[in-house]
Amino acid sequence: MSPTEPVLQVRGLSKSFGANTVLRGIDLDVPRGKVVALIGPSGSGKTTILRSLNGLETPDAGSVTVGARGTSADGAAGAAGGPGSEGGTGVEPVLPALTLDFGAKVTPREVAALRDRSAMVFQHYNLFPHLTVLQNVIEGPVRVQKRPRAEVVAEAEKLLDRVGLLEKKDAHPFELSGGQQQRVGIVRALALKPQLLLFDEPTSALDPELVDDVLEVIKELAEEGWTMVIVTHELAFARQTADEVVFMAGGVVVERGPASQVLRNPQEERTQAFVRRLLHEI
Amino acid sequence: MDLFWSSLGPMLLGAVKGTIPLALASFAIGLVLALLVAMLRISRSRIANGVGRFYVSVIRGTPLLVQLFVIFYGLPAVGVKLDPWPSAIIAFSINVGGYAAEVIRAAILSVPQGQWEAGHMIGMSRGQTLLRIILPQAARVSVPPLSNTFISLVKDTSLASLILVTEMFRVAQQVAAFSQEFMLLYLEAALIYWVICLVLSTAQTQLEKRLDRYVAH
Repeated sequence: MSPTEPVLQVRGLSKSFGANTVLRGIDLDVPRGKVVALIGPSGSGKTTILRSLNGLETPDAGSVTVGARGTSADGAAGAAGGPGSEGGTGVEPVLPALTLDFGAKVTPREVAALRDRSAMVFQHYNLFPHLTVLQNVIEGPVRVQKRPRAEVVAEAEKLLDRVGLLEKKDAHPFELSGGQQQRVGIVRALALKPQLLLFDEPTSALDPELVDDVLEVIKELAEEGWTMVIVTHELAFARQTADEVVFMAGGVVVERGPASQVLRNPQEERTQAFVRRLLHEI
Repeated sequence: MDLFWSSLGPMLLGAVKGTIPLALASFAIGLVLALLVAMLRISRSRIANGVGRFYVSVIRGTPLLVQLFVIFYGLPAVGVKLDPWPSAIIAFSINVGGYAAEVIRAAILSVPQGQWEAGHMIGMSRGQTLLRIILPQAARVSVPPLSNTFISLVKDTSLASLILVTEMFRVAQQVAAFSQEFMLLYLEAALIYWVICLVLSTAQTQLEKRLDRYVAH
């Protein structure tokens, strides 16, 4: 397996809501350990792509492939997009590659398999308000993945500690600030041990002074080698963190390339206008 | 006043052995029915939805007393002969099911869509998400309206006296007929219903507080 083999491969993704076409044949490749930032004006389809990658939207056509074909011979992390939990002992079960073809009927089983491989961090956190922080994090691994509770709790506590929230493990979400809730949201996604992490405007709902803590956590994950797709309006963050930036408008990819190129020296007029406007706001 | 005190014992006994168990049993069964009907109503199947809608429409559109009479006096005509108690429990359960179904459906719909999505994201099926994520949150919202339903039910059990169930109001009727002290005994019955409902209101407040513990104020 070559190191650049994509963990995520999207081909020809299309989606309409009634008469409103939001995606027009999107292709997207995300190599293992790379970070792709999706930017663009609202209504451009970025969030719809992301939601399709977690089975929360069903595209009308196109396909999504997650994971590498065959099992990993190299790389301690195996097919897990993440670096593994504890320095990659290589004992994580490796999920086979999965392709969903939206041209045909997608079964609930396929959607479940997709969710085994990708995990999402929501714009509005969507933590479970009736559960404690720790319960929020372990609910999926224990109830759905049926992993041993003690092991999951130990991992969850380690992850919470990493984002500085271990002492809040017994608190309920309403007792946390937005930034803290979002860090719990990130830990909840990590605890599922996905191959692919999806972030839907993770800082858009946060007060400005809380944004940096969350971005810091995401940057660390990028440095650790997690494979991520991030929808964001934070251009400075995208430039620092993303390996590739994809600019979308009107349901198509207008421009894509290395972050520095797309954000500093955009070739397309629409990208230039968008970047200029956002930078101006800053 | 002697009659008040001497009738209080039998009437309280009627409440303890009739009114309260009748209300509790009917409410418990009714809630299960209501949950099933609510699930039909939120299902994406048009047929299931229609069945649920029809049930709610019939139950809410006909008097409880008529439902009670159909089951107790009507069903024997088609060969189903039920004793007063089972008749009453069936009628009240079905009735509660119709009203509470709408309460539960509304409560489920009041939980933000993002909660369903988060449930799905962590890998849960629709059923799992409903049970573990949505219903616990819907429960909180539905306590006040369901308490209303329960309090109404407690008072409605007096209708069971008309199909010969010996609950509290039937005791009152019997003592009143014997003593001719209608005003005293019916006011006494009213007082007992009121006290029961006061206790229930207090319980409702406590339950709301308990369920509110994870919500910001």
